[in-house]
Parts: sequence; C-alpha cells; structure tokens
Amino acid sequence: MCLGVPAKVISVDGNMAGVEIGGVTYQARIDLLDEVLPGDYVILHAGFAIEKVDEAEAAETIRLFKEVLSMEDQEKDID
Amino acid sequence: MKKIPYIDVYRDQTLLKDISSRIHAISKKEVQFMEVCGGHTMAIHQFGIRQMLPPTIKLLSGPGCPVCVTSRIYIDKAIRIGQMKDVIITTYGDLIRVPGSSSSLERERGNGMDVRMVYSAMDAVVIARENPTRQVVFLGIGFETTAPASAITIIEAKKSGLVNFSLLSAHKVMPPVMQQLIHEGIRINGYIAPGHVSAITGTRMYQPIVENFHIPVVVSGFEAADILHSILLLVRQVESGTPRVEVQYKRVVKSEGNTIAQERMRQVFSPADEPWRGFGVIPESGLRIRKAFSTFDADLRFPLKMKESPEPKGCICGNILKGLQAPADCRLFAKKCTPDDPVGACMVSSEGACAAAYKYAT
Repeated sequence: MCLGVPAKVISVDGNMAGVEIGGVTYQARIDLLDEVLPGDYVILHAGFAIEKVDEAEAAETIRLFKEVLSMEDQEKDID
Repeated sequence: MKKIPYIDVYRDQTLLKDISSRIHAISKKEVQFMEVCGGHTMAIHQFGIRQMLPPTIKLLSGPGCPVCVTSRIYIDKAIRIGQMKDVIITTYGDLIRVPGSSSSLERERGNGMDVRMVYSAMDAVVIARENPTRQVVFLGIGFETTAPASAITIIEAKKSGLVNFSLLSAHKVMPPVMQQLIHEGIRINGYIAPGHVSAITGTRMYQPIVENFHIPVVVSGFEAADILHSILLLVRQVESGTPRVEVQYKRVVKSEGNTIAQERMRQVFSPADEPWRGFGVIPESGLRIRKAFSTFDADLRFPLKMKESPEPKGCICGNILKGLQAPADCRLFAKKCTPDDPVGACMVSSEGACAAAYKYAT
C-alpha cells in the first residue's frame, strides 16, 4: 500500500490532475505540490501526487552511474 | 505506451553488473545494511539484488511495511467498531487480511460486516457523503508518505461539515523506530533510507542517526540500479569511515522535503506513543489527531478498552521486522503460512518480508 509510482501528468484542473501510468489514466490529487503542469512526472501515492520527478536530476543520476566505472583507480586506495 | 524517461537505463543489466563489480572490488568489511521500506523489500527480491552482492554484505529487511507493523490491538479495535450498528469500515486493501487476535476484517466481511477497500482516503469521504445515515470509519495507516493524504482528507471533511466520517489513526513516523533498532543492539552498519518517506520529510531527520550512532544513511530510489548504487555509496562510507546522510534518489528527494505536506501533517496530527507489531510501544512514533479535529478522531468517537494479545504460536514476524531473523528461519514459512492463508502480518502485504521472499523464492 505504501508504494509510490511515477506517473505522467496529462491534464490539470484545480487540485485534480489526470495522470497516466503504463497507458492507463487515473485521477490524482495535487494539493501537496506547488505547481503541476501537463508533461510533468510525479510520484503517485494513495491517490495523491507527493512529489515531482526532476528530469535534470534523473539525467544527473545516470551520469553518476557512468562515473561509478571511472572511480576504479581512486578507490583502489581505500583500505 | 510512453515509458517513464530513463527507466530502461535503471534496469540495464550491463550497468547493474558494473555497479555490482565496483561493490565487490571495494567491500572489505563485513556489514549489515537495513532497508526500512516495503517498496525496497519488494525491489530487492524482484531484481535479485542479494545475488549481486559479495558475501561481505548482508541485507536486512526492517519494519518498513506499514501493514506488517500494524498492531493486533488496532485490528481488533477496527473489528469491534465495524461490528457496531450502521458503521462502514473503509481501508487500504492489504489491511483487511491481517489477522487480529481472533479474526480479520476479511473474515468479518464474510460474516456480513460492511468493509470496503479504497485506494485513497478521499474515497472514504465520498462513501461518507453517499451514506449520510451511517458512520464511515477510515483506517489510517502508513508512514509519512501516507499521513499527508489523511491530513488533507480530514481538513476537507471539516471544511464540508461532514459529521459521519472519522479516521482511526495508526499512522507512524520512521525516525524513532530506526533509532529503537540500534538501541536494541541490532547490528546495522548502514541504513538504506526510504525514498518516498524522505520525499515528504526531507533528510534532516536522519542526522541524529549519523551523529549519535555513526551509521551511514543513504536515501535510495526503487529501481535496481538505484538500490545497487545506494549500496555502493554505503560501502564507500563504511570503508572510508566517514558516515553521513547521502541522497541517491535526488530526482525525487529534496533535502528540505515537501514542505506543503509537512505543514498539513503538523496541522492535523501531533506526535504520540504508538504500538508497533514486534516492538511494543515506541515513544513519539505515532500520529494522533489534534484537538481542533477531534470530531474526526475514531478513537474518541468510539471509545473502547482493548487488551493486547500474544502473537500466534510459532510466528516470528516480530523478529523478522527487526532484522533478527529471516523468513526462511520460520518453521511456518511456506508451510502453514502462505500468502493465501497467512498466519502473521509479514506474509499478508505484498511488501512484507515473508510475502516478498515467498513470491520471489526460486
């Protein structure tokens, strides 16, 4: 029950938004977020969008994954 | 079907192998890392994370499944309220199967009790509006991720003057139980901290764990690469002896958290001592409805004296929630206790350690 799922915002109407998960559309409350726009990704939990997914940070995490490999030499020193 | 951006990358087998080999290369110390989130429990089993780790690293599942840590006394109370005249019990799905001391909501529903599953607390308000002659009680369980939704629901119920809605709160907060585990002497060398709880609370609440106990904390996302990456960050901290709070799940978690959600929670709830299955009462680990909203507090609307009863014979759910024992250590596991016929709460919810171990057992 505690699972949060990423969802794409399709439409916004007051404190409600139409969001899409895997091709299925749901209604979500967006009271907990400042400004939500169509095209945003949010984490949906128990009918409420609890946070936006920051796409720039998502890309940054991928970059960090790649950096993992280049850390090899530095980490040989850790004992 | 449009996919979530980057989702394939987070599950890319080559990437997972690469991160795993980095972990193998730098992990020297024997460590136990604990996750305290049902979503992480499921993901670790689903993606086979344990199989990607060196023998130096042991992963423990902690008390992160809200259904599993719900006390038997709470289930018993919900059943007693549901047995009253003209009451409708509304609940998140998993909870109805959790055994109380002598029955479950599911069994009571079979006997004619009006128990309805809802996806959101707001659905319970809709049911209350549609049934003005009956009392609708919502079973408010869950951690900081779920509590803001309950808070908004209560605020709305008050605004609209709803007189037949109330919430039976078993809402819980994470930091006290994370410290309690350490106080009880359970060897935890690092916490894989819950991503969506932290999206609400922010990361400051983990600082005492680092400062008082010198245990690293990494807030993790839920994809395979997220969890492996978080384990790598924990290993780095452990090996270099520099514990701190780190956020791996930066695409969702801000250090200050969701301040709107925090404000709603504060408005409606205040900290209270709360019973946890397997732990007993942990001070200030629960959320009680404030006086300003007391008409929506089911504990006050239906005052009942309840008595705690012992766990079912042979069930080690309590020890599993503390990471002291694994599901396979239980003699009931996959024999007398299965998802279809659960003995203990850990087997009920799909996020429970026993249910996840059962589902993904090879």
